Amino acid sequence: MTTPRNPLPPPAPRDPLARPQLHPVAPGARSRAMQAMAARAAQGRFVLQACTVCGTATYPPRDACPRCWGTLAWHDQPTGGRVLANTVIRVSTDPYFRDRLPWHMGSIQLDAGPVVLAHLARGLEPGARVTMRLMLDRGGNAALFALPSDAAHPPQPEQGATIMSADPQGRTFVVPVAGATVLVSDARQPVGRALVGALAAAGARLVVAGLPGPAPMRDAHDPVLGLPGVQPLPLDVTDPVSVAETISRIGGPLDIVINTARHVRAGGVSHDGNLLGHHRALEVSAMGLARLAQATAPILAGRPSGAFLDVLSVKALAGDAGHAGFAAAEAARLSLLQSFRHEMRSTGVRVLEVFTGPTDDADHQALPPPKVAPARLAAAVLDALAQGREQTCVGEVAREAMRRWLDDPALFARETQP
Amino acid sequence: MSSSTKRSRMAYDGVVVAAPITVPYQRFSSEPAHGWAGAALRALARETALGPRDLDGFSFSSFSAGPDTAVGLVQHLGLMPRWLDHVPTGGASGVMALRRAARAVQCGDAAIVACVAADTNQIDSFRHTLATFSRFSQDAVYPYGFGGPNATFALITQAYMHEHGVTRADFGRICLAQRANAGSNPLALQRNPLDLETYLAARPIADPVHLFDCVMPCAGAEAFVVTTPEIAAARGWPAARIMATIERHNAYPDDLVQRRGGWAMDVDELWAMAGIGPGDIDCLQAYDDYPVIVAMQLEDLGFCPPGTIARFLRETHFGIDGTLPLNTNGGQLSAGQAGAAGGYQNLTEGLRQILHCPLGAQVPGARRAAISGFGLVNYDRGVCTAAAVIEAL
Amino acid sequence: MTSLLTDLVAQLASGAIRVVDLANTLSSDFPVIVLPSEFGQCEPFRMETVSRYDADGPAWYWNRITMNEHTGTHFDAPAHWITGRDVPHGTVDAVAPRDFVYPAVVIDISAEAAADADFVVTRAFLEDWEARHGAIPPRHWILLRSDWSKRVGTLAYLNLQDDGAHSPGPDADAMRFLVHARDCVGLGVETVGTDAGQASHFAEPLPAHSILHGNGRFGLQCLTNLDQLPTFGSVIVAAPLKIKGGSGSPLRVIALMPEA
Repeated sequence: MTTPRNPLPPPAPRDPLARPQLHPVAPGARSRAMQAMAARAAQGRFVLQACTVCGTATYPPRDACPRCWGTLAWHDQPTGGRVLANTVIRVSTDPYFRDRLPWHMGSIQLDAGPVVLAHLARGLEPGARVTMRLMLDRGGNAALFALPSDAAHPPQPEQGATIMSADPQGRTFVVPVAGATVLVSDARQPVGRALVGALAAAGARLVVAGLPGPAPMRDAHDPVLGLPGVQPLPLDVTDPVSVAETISRIGGPLDIVINTARHVRAGGVSHDGNLLGHHRALEVSAMGLARLAQATAPILAGRPSGAFLDVLSVKALAGDAGHAGFAAAEAARLSLLQSFRHEMRSTGVRVLEVFTGPTDDADHQALPPPKVAPARLAAAVLDALAQGREQTCVGEVAREAMRRWLDDPALFARETQP
Repeated sequence: MSSSTKRSRMAYDGVVVAAPITVPYQRFSSEPAHGWAGAALRALARETALGPRDLDGFSFSSFSAGPDTAVGLVQHLGLMPRWLDHVPTGGASGVMALRRAARAVQCGDAAIVACVAADTNQIDSFRHTLATFSRFSQDAVYPYGFGGPNATFALITQAYMHEHGVTRADFGRICLAQRANAGSNPLALQRNPLDLETYLAARPIADPVHLFDCVMPCAGAEAFVVTTPEIAAARGWPAARIMATIERHNAYPDDLVQRRGGWAMDVDELWAMAGIGPGDIDCLQAYDDYPVIVAMQLEDLGFCPPGTIARFLRETHFGIDGTLPLNTNGGQLSAGQAGAAGGYQNLTEGLRQILHCPLGAQVPGARRAAISGFGLVNYDRGVCTAAAVIEAL
Repeated sequence: MTSLLTDLVAQLASGAIRVVDLANTLSSDFPVIVLPSEFGQCEPFRMETVSRYDADGPAWYWNRITMNEHTGTHFDAPAHWITGRDVPHGTVDAVAPRDFVYPAVVIDISAEAAADADFVVTRAFLEDWEARHGAIPPRHWILLRSDWSKRVGTLAYLNLQDDGAHSPGPDADAMRFLVHARDCVGLGVETVGTDAGQASHFAEPLPAHSILHGNGRFGLQCLTNLDQLPTFGSVIVAAPLKIKGGSGSPLRVIALMPEA
């Protein structure tokens, strides 16, 4: 219905006869303790196990303290370290690394104590001070990455992200936006609109702005939709035909899908509940996610840095009598997202989640502050991509909710009722 | 255990080691490890006329016999031992199998123990072995671009070169000498002479480790027999006595990068028990997965004073006719690394040299051999170290 | 009687009577009416494949479809509106089969609608129209030809401006005239509602729905091809689905007309 108004750069040409390059993922088998480290890496934390008795930090992950046999618990740790030795791997038996040689790695003495083997940013030599990041590799496993550091001025997250995406090895841990084709599933709501502008500013090759109906006449002269490199297309995630048609109209391969679609309505279950509203919320949040995932997963799997990022409400963590349908829909969405992530592990496609509290928009006008400004949420989405972080919480409400949920989910479920 | 609580160790009286067996290595084999173990026992039977029911002790080492352990092998090979051991220490398994079997024989728990190490090397099985080698390796090594142990030893090598002022050319002296030694060994997989220029110009594998610093994984099996001097004499087997052994695991865990092995903790005990010094042995069969580990053993076992390894490497002739004959069959660097059997070949080769039945050239007049093992890079370093001194009867 | 139907069939076969399809295609992108966001909304048509000669049905093809009763070309029963809640036979399942077939009068407002998207059909306009074309006979469908169906596939069909939708429709006097003075069967339009886009702001809001259904009359929306019908002389067949207690139904509407 909507035709592109902007001349777009053509997709990068490729040899039509060349077999598509497979993207085998980094090797996968891990111990349960290492999985626990990955679960924290997913939250962007830098953690090591420390003994509950003697306090010694330890690595690789163990099931008992090697100093006193005490039990171990995960703790955030200082991120500084020093390169002990480094190497450039030029031959590897592993298919993933064979495609990406040469590979820089080395051993690091952490300020926290243990010696770790880590991926190294280019140019790090023995003796160099480093700042460590706990990343997830393309197989979704925890991986330590050392970045150059000045002990007095450790790099800010944004700088780290810049180094990561500029480093050929670092790029495999993050989701580069520059040069990418990105689909925003709902660019009509303020969050999606802010994202379209932010993605275009971050150098995306093409931002496809999905526009669910009904389409107002102002779409035709909307300044955001008219930005260079932005292509508005009708897209309703509740409609499989619309999803398929929109995907088919995106020129060139799709690298990143950002799902911002949602349907926020108040209402309870038995009281003041509108079942059609609940149903609609489920159609958008849960089934919509599934439709988008089905339509885009094969395309993303063929891309070197394919990613699917879902923006969802922190209400997904517990029921909410005031927004029963919305909370249920977001919970279903989170569940589907987790299943989708497991499906995508073997393809190297990142599945990222950005939790938000109430956003500062018409959907949440009845709520008092704090609310998340759409521009701030957009910035958080870009940061999640730049850091390759699996789970991000934006704003005080979401961060607090996640902290309480992680701490005691049963208590959290009781306390969240209005 | 503190030294004050340590009892003096019993000598290995009443025990001998005999019948060194090497099944010729193959680069790749579709035969499972069980078949290689069978081949080792067939060769042992030819050498000793022992049959399955004649063995009352069995010790087994392998990386590739899964899901079987020594237990599965017993039934598979028709054994009925009254003493059974499974030694999973890889490159240290030869010495460790020897010292365990020796005590069993000495105490009467067994009379004839066959010690066998066998590993196959199917296409892609090396990668599989690496990927599932250990939990720490799975979690914290393999995911970091792993190309076999090359990267781990690259880090150790870099730190070692820096600490000791050792150059690639110094390591080259070890590799070149071993290749020259392999020249007379018809079973060595790599026998072409190697010169320093070629060694230095080899392609990098994981800096500073280059092609000729790496062993070639292969399939193979090794075996020997531990028994009493009486049985050996009655059956007419040439045999050697065990002068001393040491063993250590996870030594120096606080060294940031591995710069020495457990030998350094136990070296005094080794020579004290043997009653001789490093200068009294006729050949050294040291574990040689990478030249840096050979250098460590030379220093840790007392062949050169601490801190002098660079000079020692430059001044020592490691050939069969040299001042310190080293890895006289070519070592793993030239003969090939047959998994756990690679942890046995130092023992079988040392035994052959002092029994004067070598695969290749004989170290003139050799009577005593030092054997050193190093095994299991569980995470960032080798965990298991062992050494033995043996002497022909 | 038999000869009458036989004649009809014969004339259909010969082409002397033409069948015109007045329904738009039901598809997921066909627009639906948009109400203020505090109200429940009209769900568009959705279709998901159950099987298509595949593992879910190797030899057969079928779909699951969902929609509102008022999605696509659809029929409004009297019960659709609060004014018609007590009308006998006011739900689609209760509408008498006899009411499925009626003649139609086509009133062309395409020029006026093209000039003014908010064109309001007034009683004066209708009386003027009758002066030019003749009186509207009783018991006829009144079909407003606005040519709005030609906008399907563009934003201009819903014509959603920042102050709401803009599309033509009748005012209350016009509706009272058609219902009480002309005893119409119902009102058929090309737009998404029988009422004008801005009709909620009329002095008597939403007059078409209110007056039609309060008096037991019907509505047809999202019609097309009205430009092919004669002013007088066509017959409409509009049989809604027999939905128990239903307020309306998507349907295929056809017109029979003599071939000129």
